[in-house]
Amino acid sequence: MSIDMSQFHQVFFEECFEGLEAMEAGLLNLNIDDIDPEVINTIFRGAHSIKGGSGTFGFNNVADFTHIMETLLDEMRDGRRQVTQIAINILLGSVDCLREMISSIQNEEEVDESRVAQHTADLDNELNGLAESTPPPSHKANVETIITETSELVSNTSEASDTNEETGWKIAFCPYLDLLKTGNDPVRMFRELSELGELTSLANIQDVASLFEMDPEECNISWDLKVMGDIPLDEIEEIFNWVEGDCELDIQPIATKPAKKTAPPISEVAPEDEPEEAIETLAKEASQPTQPEIIVEQPEISKEIEPIAKPPTTATKEPNKKIQLDSDQSKLIVQVASSIRVDTSKIDALINMVGEVVITQSMLGLVGENFTMDKVDQLKKGLAQLERHTRDLQQSVMNVRMLPISFVFSRFPRLVHDISSKLGKKIELKLVGENTEIDKSVVELINDPLVHLIRNSLDHGIEMPANRIAAGKPETGTIELKAYHRGGHIVIEIIDDGHGMDRNKLIAKAVEKGIIDDTTVLTDKQAYELIFLPGFSTAEKLTDISGRGVGMDVVRRNIEALGGNIEISSELGHGTTIAIHLPLTLAILDGQSVAVGDETYIVPLVSIIESINITEKMLNKVAGKGETFRLRNQYIPIIRMHKIFNVQPSTKSKMGEGVIVVAEGQGVLCGLFVDDLLGQQQVVIKSLEANYRRVDGVSGATILGDGSVALILDVPGLVRFSNR
Amino acid sequence: MNKNVTQEFEKKDNDHDRFSNKIDNAGQYLSFTLGKEEYGVDILRVQEIRSWEPVSRIPNVPPYEKGVVNLRGSIVPIIDLRERFKLKSADYTLLTVVVVLQIGDIKKTRTMGVVVDSVSDVITVDKAQIQSAPDFGTKISNEFINGLVSVNERMVMLLDVDKLLKLEELDQTEISVF
Repeated sequence: MSIDMSQFHQVFFEECFEGLEAMEAGLLNLNIDDIDPEVINTIFRGAHSIKGGSGTFGFNNVADFTHIMETLLDEMRDGRRQVTQIAINILLGSVDCLREMISSIQNEEEVDESRVAQHTADLDNELNGLAESTPPPSHKANVETIITETSELVSNTSEASDTNEETGWKIAFCPYLDLLKTGNDPVRMFRELSELGELTSLANIQDVASLFEMDPEECNISWDLKVMGDIPLDEIEEIFNWVEGDCELDIQPIATKPAKKTAPPISEVAPEDEPEEAIETLAKEASQPTQPEIIVEQPEISKEIEPIAKPPTTATKEPNKKIQLDSDQSKLIVQVASSIRVDTSKIDALINMVGEVVITQSMLGLVGENFTMDKVDQLKKGLAQLERHTRDLQQSVMNVRMLPISFVFSRFPRLVHDISSKLGKKIELKLVGENTEIDKSVVELINDPLVHLIRNSLDHGIEMPANRIAAGKPETGTIELKAYHRGGHIVIEIIDDGHGMDRNKLIAKAVEKGIIDDTTVLTDKQAYELIFLPGFSTAEKLTDISGRGVGMDVVRRNIEALGGNIEISSELGHGTTIAIHLPLTLAILDGQSVAVGDETYIVPLVSIIESINITEKMLNKVAGKGETFRLRNQYIPIIRMHKIFNVQPSTKSKMGEGVIVVAEGQGVLCGLFVDDLLGQQQVVIKSLEANYRRVDGVSGATILGDGSVALILDVPGLVRFSNR
Repeated sequence: MNKNVTQEFEKKDNDHDRFSNKIDNAGQYLSFTLGKEEYGVDILRVQEIRSWEPVSRIPNVPPYEKGVVNLRGSIVPIIDLRERFKLKSADYTLLTVVVVLQIGDIKKTRTMGVVVDSVSDVITVDKAQIQSAPDFGTKISNEFINGLVSVNERMVMLLDVDKLLKLEELDQTEISVF
């Protein structure tokens, strides 16, 4: 029975990333002066799960790397090692390295060995530099060498102990049936045990059912294990830490006994090979576990014992091979699959709603079956009910796509920690409203702009500690990241208490760059918005963090692409607030449907400023081609929709008969000349690209009430397209 | 009981083997007509056959890309094969047929509809019977044709749907919503 392990890879990767996030958060929370053992435990558990998982799936480089981290953490946990800021930074670096390793594996790319080696060396130095029991620092760059070294060390100690006295532990390990379902793998634990000392294992398989009755997911085997060597009890307990509560476990020290060679060689009874015989023999032996002949002299038997351990090893190797074979397929899956974790209560609500819809549908079916006019009322009632349920259902489904914004926010403590220590600034990050829910697609796309804005605040906003004290402010600067809902929008605010923006400086810079001339009068808001112009940076010196003048324009473009907008308010000397307004979801938008010839198009309501009727006389031709008209103090270019989309114009092709929809896209105004306004409605955005391709001037499509398809116009795209 | 289950599984596996063997040696094709010519597409690529319904036009695309329709919630482009092959275009009637095809690979499948005059038959073709296509000259670019096969004295041209319906990929930098 071979299981296709690759189907679990995605889950494993997700768990890894979660584990890494937990580790990172834990490391950042560690206060060197007041160590909370629970925090170290959390970090340790993260590392341990990743190590275990990667071992199971055969990602040995990850397992080896995590093993070293784990060793370091373990020593910290036991209080054998001082927790220092250096160690924490090294661990944080290792977390990054590990994350990269895992994402490389996930994308089936080459792992950056040199980076891994460098971090391994760092960890190694940290581990050896302070450890007492380990050999003097050696600059090994390779993970494997270190591993072999440690295992050599272990075997040395165990050999050493052999010469003196026989010590060890006898472990009765009797897992409950569902041990395997919890993801624990006895073989892996045994492997870990064998790293501690010479391992002798004896499997009791009398409970194993015949092949046809066997449930492969149940663990019917129990083991009597013996580990020889001078091993502290807690190291053994640690291995079984994960199965506590899933098994009966009894660990007893083995008293030193004179060696007896009278026992029949247990190893001949390889359980997988000759099950029936094994059952008999083992059952006999298991019934007399205290009999002296079972305690066999350890060095003699260890060689012969190996076969027992082998069948499981080959069994684990097989899936590895399988992984290789399936790699092509899994690559595809990895690229396509993106999963989402949903609160079960949301799914329950969904199922409940679907039930309601089905009931209503059957009710309507009944009404329709023998329809007479006196049932009209009933029909109307049913339809009203259906409408309500559909709306609820829609809301519930949208809810499933909603994620708390903490998915984005959780990355920032690390960012702030790293950058502030790099800049030598003291900064506290406050997160407010982390549970505010936001559409999954927005979550994915809002991260980069936010990173950029926070870097800006860190770099330009908050002053150096000395300057802050001089300005009479607390030494530690504060950046507040705040999310909340307001009227169908989500607002994310980045508030810093730094020195704010100097509008005169901004204007001077803009004049210098020739963006505006010095006679232009700008409001505060307009002045602040100068920073969104491409190539605009007032930073006195360029750093690798920010100040190259690329970015703010991209930030604004990204946010506008999400259908949101960004606002700045600032007070010189007191700080800056950047507010981002985003729509709750990208899947539905309010649209204005317009008619052009026989076609119907949807204009996103957010981009419409107004709709007006003008006459041919109000048109001005520019260079004989482009048409503009004057709206208040602005000349607005006109885009004749039927021309640009090659639609047979209806009778209303003259200016006075149609309507101009004045729309704005990325700061550019334009007038869309259409035949008629049809109505406003909420539309569900459908992707054109799924089956077709991108079309100029069109951002997507939607399905109208009559089942036909209408295209959603992309106003900035139209402007670009019409200028071509 | 478990034994039975296992046997059943084995049986299914065997069935599956036989099925896939069949595909290796012979294939089934849906044949349809365009004017007097007969074409065939791999039947495993055919999702459904529908009657013609008005489409929503897409601006500024080649004339053979007729537009898009709503196929149970997804937006599906419709392509006129007559125009694609530069045949004389025909009027759409109630009897005009749209064959909905699945194209692409495991990584990404697309659904598209092609307008044909009528569907005629499902033909089983032995791989050995398929002849490579001669040069057709200008009418149809040779690359769309996988091969020729004759069924009851009629010649059927087997189309490579993936090549046929490949639309030039424009840059996909745009944010995709789903």
